[in-house]
Amino acid sequence: MHNATIKSLSAELAAGRLSSVEVTRHFLRRINTLSKIYNCFITVDEEKSLAAAGAADALRAAGRAQPLTGIPIAQKDIFCAKGWLTTCGSRMLSNFVSPYDAHVVERLDAAGAVNIGKTNMDEFAMGSSNETSYYGPVRNPWNIETVPGGSSGGSAAAVAARLAPGAIGTDTGGSIRQPAALTGISGLKPTYGVVSRYGMIAFASSLDQGGPMARSAEDLALLLNVLAGFDARDSTSLDRPAEDYTRDLARPIAGLRIGLPKEFFAAGAAPEVEKAVGEAIGHLRKLGCETVEVSLPNMALSVPVYYVLAPAEASSNLARFDGVRYGYRAPEYGDLLEMYKKTRAEGFGAEVKRRILIGTYVLSHGYYDAYYIRAQKLRRLIAQDFSEAFGKCDLIMGPTSPSSAFKLGEKAGDPVQMYLSDIYTIAVNLAGLPGMSIPCGFDSRGLPVGLQVIGNYFGEARMLNAAHQYQLVTDWHDRAPPGIEIQ
Amino acid sequence: MKWEIVIGLEVHAQLNTRSKIFSGAATAFGAAPNTQACGVDVALPGVLPVLNRGAVERAVRFGLAVGATINRHSIFARKNYFYPDLPKGYQISQYEIPVVQGGSITIPAGETGKTIRLTRAHLEEDAGKSLHEDFHGMSGIDLNRAGTPLLEIVSEPDMRSAQEAVAYAKALHSLVRWIDICDGNMQEGSFRCDANVSVRLLGSDTLGTRCEIKNLNSFRFLERAIEHEARRQIEVLENGGSIVQETRLYDPDRDATRSMRTKEDAHDYRYFPDPDLLPLEVSGAWIEEIRSSMPALPQVKRERFVTLCGVTPYDAAVLTSSRELADYFEEAARGADERTAKQCANWITGNLNARLNDEGLEITQARIAAGQLRGLVDRIVDGTISGKIAKDVFDAMWAGEGDADRIISVRGLRQISDSGEIGKIVDQVIAANAQQVADYRAGKDKAFNSLVGQVMKATKGKANPRQVNEILRKKLSG
Repeated sequence: MHNATIKSLSAELAAGRLSSVEVTRHFLRRINTLSKIYNCFITVDEEKSLAAAGAADALRAAGRAQPLTGIPIAQKDIFCAKGWLTTCGSRMLSNFVSPYDAHVVERLDAAGAVNIGKTNMDEFAMGSSNETSYYGPVRNPWNIETVPGGSSGGSAAAVAARLAPGAIGTDTGGSIRQPAALTGISGLKPTYGVVSRYGMIAFASSLDQGGPMARSAEDLALLLNVLAGFDARDSTSLDRPAEDYTRDLARPIAGLRIGLPKEFFAAGAAPEVEKAVGEAIGHLRKLGCETVEVSLPNMALSVPVYYVLAPAEASSNLARFDGVRYGYRAPEYGDLLEMYKKTRAEGFGAEVKRRILIGTYVLSHGYYDAYYIRAQKLRRLIAQDFSEAFGKCDLIMGPTSPSSAFKLGEKAGDPVQMYLSDIYTIAVNLAGLPGMSIPCGFDSRGLPVGLQVIGNYFGEARMLNAAHQYQLVTDWHDRAPPGIEIQ
Repeated sequence: MKWEIVIGLEVHAQLNTRSKIFSGAATAFGAAPNTQACGVDVALPGVLPVLNRGAVERAVRFGLAVGATINRHSIFARKNYFYPDLPKGYQISQYEIPVVQGGSITIPAGETGKTIRLTRAHLEEDAGKSLHEDFHGMSGIDLNRAGTPLLEIVSEPDMRSAQEAVAYAKALHSLVRWIDICDGNMQEGSFRCDANVSVRLLGSDTLGTRCEIKNLNSFRFLERAIEHEARRQIEVLENGGSIVQETRLYDPDRDATRSMRTKEDAHDYRYFPDPDLLPLEVSGAWIEEIRSSMPALPQVKRERFVTLCGVTPYDAAVLTSSRELADYFEEAARGADERTAKQCANWITGNLNARLNDEGLEITQARIAAGQLRGLVDRIVDGTISGKIAKDVFDAMWAGEGDADRIISVRGLRQISDSGEIGKIVDQVIAANAQQVADYRAGKDKAFNSLVGQVMKATKGKANPRQVNEILRKKLSG
């Protein structure tokens, strides 16, 4: 049952061969046994999940089932879910039970999906390895000595280990795509503004975007159908007609023009990554796609630009965690200033503090123009590069991550090395474009490699179409990590 | 040495929207603590601001009223600092590009008035309140006020005395109520002033170092604080010292200002555009829609009152100090000739205003309706009663005895304008006051007034005073 996709589980439920309670129990049992190994979940609440499953079965009995009704979906612990502990992977929110639902949580509930648990993540989504979590690192199901990527590492590992058929994550600089690549699953970051950020705890507001994580492109489309949509509570949410993201899945992709940025292939990705990506492109050519070389001349600047803008926004977004109204408060303090200092010193981890410091610095009087303003200008140039490239192609493809999963602790002491693991993904967030990662092979250590597919604004359906067609003729996405079967 | 005081004001006007500037919570004053604060106001993790269109509309209304430029494109920024009653750790405020830029306000001064230029007016949110009593050594936080919409109106340093500053603040106070964007309630903090004060030698054209005085929640405090602060600065300079740029707090109990913080320990607010809000776009069509819904402005009415009704510029300024007062005058003077209109103006700015002040009432609470006041004025103008009797009638009307005509007839107050009748009484008075008559004839004018008084007394004030004067003079000289 746990090897089934959302699509096939949905069909089983629709045919009455399975109930949501049975499916949910099955996944809960797997989580109980395996989550100890992978540490994917921060909170599991069997009672709540089973109640939701019961409600989903009732919905179905009443003839009001939708495709996701009764399907267990894991939620990154960055999404506020009413009555659930919502920690954002931080000690700061280790006691925070959300009094409200995020927009995407509302939408999943309305579709009858079952919240199967809240997944582990890098603290406040700041990290590329899931090692910054207050709740300990997540382990990659393909090799538990390696990281699952981050920051949506818990969601990625849960889907890879078949602890949930699908999950939701967030992506600020690659936090859906990079862990998807490192755990051999599919993940999509939509165009900025397609998925409401309401109730998604902010890291860098102008870059954050929620999105689906699942095993196949087809499942991503089903999830995105539920997640996407206008929300008046988010001023950056885009008011546009609803789309059916499954509509183009079956379309042949002959004639599709794939842009290959020369900078992606000169940036020093691991040879085995380049090889797998090259083979995937070859596959797509066989399906009739054309390839064209494009250039993103300012891509090299995307990492420094990102590490000015994202920390700047984060330093302000995280100011609300002050111990006054909710969340962690230091137990002992003499006065207000000391309460602030101790609360934030004890409540935040090292990486979060590093970024708050960077952000505070770049916004400071006398440095603002040199850093923040300049970074904003470069951000526009990076977006312009993409718009020129899309004049020549329909989709852009390349590696998602320069390497496959690295060892736990390998980069933890070297932030710059860690930051460079997002070199291929960050520019997409800066431009606000949709991007996805799908599995395209394995390296010699048996670790998955991801192919990144970047679309033009609102190009999700086309991206999903190409990915689905590729997945029809390959089986990388069906491969399961070893050791996930239980008695 | 002769010193000149230079003053600029920053006024925070609370906009009278029903809900907050970035959330749907109510803005009503006086609710139990933290009952009017939703998730956005409390700054729960994950919540986002959504701009209240009504707040923008009010800002535009203000901009149009002061002849300012309405920026079609303006930006909300974050002003970052930590304080327990600032839930997000930043205040959302327009910084580099405000919605309203420039404009001016004319204050009563000299013959033609004085124009005070405005720098800008921008939208921002208010913070909550820290409560320091009753919490056993801790502080309480009330977030009801957090997120209340404010329009911060910044003037150029164009005022030269505390009196001018007060006149400007009053003109602004009247205007925001006139265009119905702020209730102007200073006790509840709906209209708050900060003053930037500096002094310089008269004739100098460079500005001195300024101090900002905060917490001026009445016109009286504003005036006293500026006067005190200017005196303090002059004293420092005359003793060879120099002024340190700082923020000072006015303490009304001690009538003094004290230092809050100097420039050195000023915050670095790390302003940057709020990524949760799109730039504010105000279309030309929207501006026109707002313009067409605006009431006639005070300066327009003021001129109309002077040129069409013959009201003095001073009375016109008083009558246009609030929209309700101007409405009252217009209703009273509807269809009136110039003399009647002028009398209406006199009665409103004189007796009526005095009575309202005595009883602490607003014009809308006046116990005499505009039409009733006109009824009284008509009887004065047509000579039915004298101005003196009219005061008694006014009092009776205020006491609820009915319209002027009814009171005049019930109390028999109709003026005696019959020359024969007055003549008889004059004769009696002359006969009974031989000494005063002699004094008058000896050239003592005072004696004449006394005789007039005797006649008026004998007629219980009902004799037409003009006729009494004429007849008495004639008879005495005869």
